Amino acid sequence: MFRSYPPQIVLEAVLNGLLTGAVYALVALGLTLVYGVLHIINFAHGAMLTLAMFAVLVVHLGLGLDPYLAILPLTPLFFGIGYAMQRFVISPASRNDDGAILLVTLGLSIVLENLLLAIFRSDTRSLTLDYSFSVVDLGFALLSLPRVIGFGVAILVAAALWAILALTDTGKAIRAVAREKLGASLVGIDVNHIYAVTFGLGAATLAVAACLLMPSFYVNPRVGNAFVLVAFTVVVLGGMGSIPGALVGGLFIGVVESLCGLYLGESLGQIGIFLIFILVLLFRPTGLFGAKA
Amino acid sequence: MLDVRSVTKRFGGLVAVSDVSLTVPEGSITGLIGPNGAGKTTLFTLISGFQVPTAGEVLFRGEDITGRAPERLAVMGIARTFQIVQPFAGLSVAENIAVGAYLRHAGRAEAMARAEAVAAMVGLADLDRPASSLTVAGRKRLELARALATEPQLLLLDEVLAGLNPSEIRDIIPVIRAIRDAGVTILMIEHVMQAVMSLCEHVHVLANGRLIAAGTPAEVVGNPAVVEAYLGHGAAGRLQKGAANG
Amino acid sequence: MKAYRSLLVVIAALAALPLAVPLLVGAGLFAGPNTFYNLMIFILIITLAAQGWNIAGGYGGQFSFGHAAFFGTGAYVQAVLQTRYGVNAWVALPLAALLGGLVGAAIGTLAFRARLRGSYFALVTLAFAEVFRILANATPITGGAAGTLVPLKIGLGQMQFASSTTFFYLALTFVAAVLLLNRALERSRFGAWLVAVRENEDAARALGVDTLKVKLKAITLSAAITAVAGALYTQKFLYIDANIAYGAWISVEALLAPIVGGIGTVLGPFIGAVALIGLGEAAKTAIHAVFGSAVPGVDLVVYGVLLIVVIAFAPRGLLGLFGKFDLFARFGIFGKRGGR
Ligand SMILES: Nc1ncnc2c1ncn2[C@@H]1O[C@H](COP(=O)(O)OP(=O)(O)O)[C@@H](O)[C@H]1O
Ligand SMILES: [Mg+2]
Repeated sequence: MFRSYPPQIVLEAVLNGLLTGAVYALVALGLTLVYGVLHIINFAHGAMLTLAMFAVLVVHLGLGLDPYLAILPLTPLFFGIGYAMQRFVISPASRNDDGAILLVTLGLSIVLENLLLAIFRSDTRSLTLDYSFSVVDLGFALLSLPRVIGFGVAILVAAALWAILALTDTGKAIRAVAREKLGASLVGIDVNHIYAVTFGLGAATLAVAACLLMPSFYVNPRVGNAFVLVAFTVVVLGGMGSIPGALVGGLFIGVVESLCGLYLGESLGQIGIFLIFILVLLFRPTGLFGAKA
Repeated sequence: MLDVRSVTKRFGGLVAVSDVSLTVPEGSITGLIGPNGAGKTTLFTLISGFQVPTAGEVLFRGEDITGRAPERLAVMGIARTFQIVQPFAGLSVAENIAVGAYLRHAGRAEAMARAEAVAAMVGLADLDRPASSLTVAGRKRLELARALATEPQLLLLDEVLAGLNPSEIRDIIPVIRAIRDAGVTILMIEHVMQAVMSLCEHVHVLANGRLIAAGTPAEVVGNPAVVEAYLGHGAAGRLQKGAANG
Repeated sequence: MKAYRSLLVVIAALAALPLAVPLLVGAGLFAGPNTFYNLMIFILIITLAAQGWNIAGGYGGQFSFGHAAFFGTGAYVQAVLQTRYGVNAWVALPLAALLGGLVGAAIGTLAFRARLRGSYFALVTLAFAEVFRILANATPITGGAAGTLVPLKIGLGQMQFASSTTFFYLALTFVAAVLLLNRALERSRFGAWLVAVRENEDAARALGVDTLKVKLKAITLSAAITAVAGALYTQKFLYIDANIAYGAWISVEALLAPIVGGIGTVLGPFIGAVALIGLGEAAKTAIHAVFGSAVPGVDLVVYGVLLIVVIAFAPRGLLGLFGKFDLFARFGIFGKRGGR
């Protein structure tokens, strides 16, 4: 039933999958970080990504800013948005109760997504850049330049995030709160501040992801959903809360999606991801790549 | 009635319960004492099916029940209370007890009537208020009432007196005796020696997962090994005081 | 029957609603009787879906984010049985409920046996709904991406009515039946055990509650009810596709209505559906008046805001607020909060 392809096409699919996977990993990083610290799933993650992608669109169309340069203003801006959202909306509204946080983030995602729909309508838009269709010729495969750049920067961001957690005082405080909230607050760590910083970092990675995506992708008010469902899968696969897990999981899922697309066709291709997601949840809810960050 | 045979439970490297054997005769109130961390609660989770022993077996009325699920054991007539009380916080006191009563009474009217009777027996009043509004003593009584409502033959009580003041303890001791007199066999973990001395016919002492002594309360309290086990925890004085009162 | 009296009052009031339609239309609240009935029917269908969710989610504490899996199954069974197999609509409806229930039992068995709860249960149900959506979009039997159209053939035998009043009463019948069923459930052993599972699974097990069995029964019943809502949707709109039937929108509506109205209460889903859809429509109308044209997404913004506001200020839902007013409490109009 499977068509067979020449090795070169399969190899190209695998490489393209890795490129997409790096961006999946980047989107998943913020999700897994928030899960690792607050032990809840941030359902507003997808809508935040959409917001960031529209932000890239707006600064490009309005100010003529190149998407890659937009990383510089948008990353701190989204850190601030994420921080404020947790500090001034999610935390007070949910009184830090797990079930309530889940629902408040769901509410936020509905609000954000539909505000974007009300403002930008449901049209799908993309940027026209002179390098949008540039390719890198590896001799045996042709790869899209924006996606190669995306891959490189995504890996860099993952490394940077890891460094922040491992080396800075704030990072240490985040890890302390993740491990033992009560203990951390006893030694004088402001837990609410750390929660908000964690959300801010998650939103900041989304801003980078949006800047990397826009040169080769499109945006509409629902685009984040597609990514966030994949990101959930990545997070579950890598082990909830694990940063290296998210990276490996993202690359893996990118390849799986690419190969499923090749062999099953576009419309059924996505199903591979969800089946993996369900199987992992049912049989290995701690993730395939075990260790916690 | 209950026969624990060479039961062991390991958590990774830690041996929480080590080769423990004991029996609980029908109609008795049997005590299980020992310092904190001795493995008493763990032994209860093994008997009541919440955890499966690493080795050994548990027999109830001669039948091997090792590793059987708690809900099935409840049907067979084994009920337990939790050291850390677990009320259904969103339910009223009556509804809490009714959950237990439904085990033997499918109809609402009978279950509610049964719940009221049990509440009266353990001295709980004002049944329509939320369980979350109960005091510590009230929650302990609720814990007891719920277990009792399942109409058990064997009742496992895990420190139902902990956290109560002396007058509350004095009030509840006759309740426990009345439960036994109604035909329920009791195995109780207890730190309050005054209660152990006045209620239990037979006492087993657990320390570091091992049974180190058994006998009547008076024998056990006089046992140097027992005093030794407690000493590090500063409980020797409490023991002697308990003995003097008993 | 005292426990049911307040419900019967509410049901009678709803059944008498058509009498008030000329007044409402006269007051300018609705453009015409059909506008009113279409809105009411939609509210009732959402209520039914939410009543289903409320059994597993509200009483049982198992928060599904994927009730679309059941709604969609009901909707497709109702459509496909009629169009492809010539099954009568009235025969298809119970089959839709049955298949929806089976899907619920299957997903429940997998998820509960794997001991998934909280975020994990929410995610796995969400993923199942997505898998169903993708499959329905890609397989020929459901009509694929083009969807399935049920031919318009008005007649009692086809469950298609010339007057929307009739469909209103049909939908109301189902909602009323589930209201009564729900009250009976609250007063039953199963209901008590279900709430006990929500409150504390370990304590429930110690009292002899087979928590796995209780959760499975709950999700099966929950799914069957939501599937009936899907089947009614098919009968009302005579068209479905994968994004309607298995779309995230219905998972969200089914979950939001009980939470906004009063989670784990008999009337919560209905109150929530009225509040959400009513406010959503009002917002749409207001925006239309201000901007002179429709703005998409406004109603959903209202949903999201309402959800956050309710969680922040009324964690027991709108019913919890009403409960504070003596008047309602005295007449027991909204009953006691079920099991809380
Ligand atoms: N689920 C568990 N996992 C790991 N260790 C446990 C677990 N339950 C109990 N323990 C350990 O087993 C020992 C005995 O605990 P416990 O039975 O609660 O003692 P007691 O009730 O006598 O105070 C303690 O050291 C405790 O930390
Ligand atoms: Mg203990």
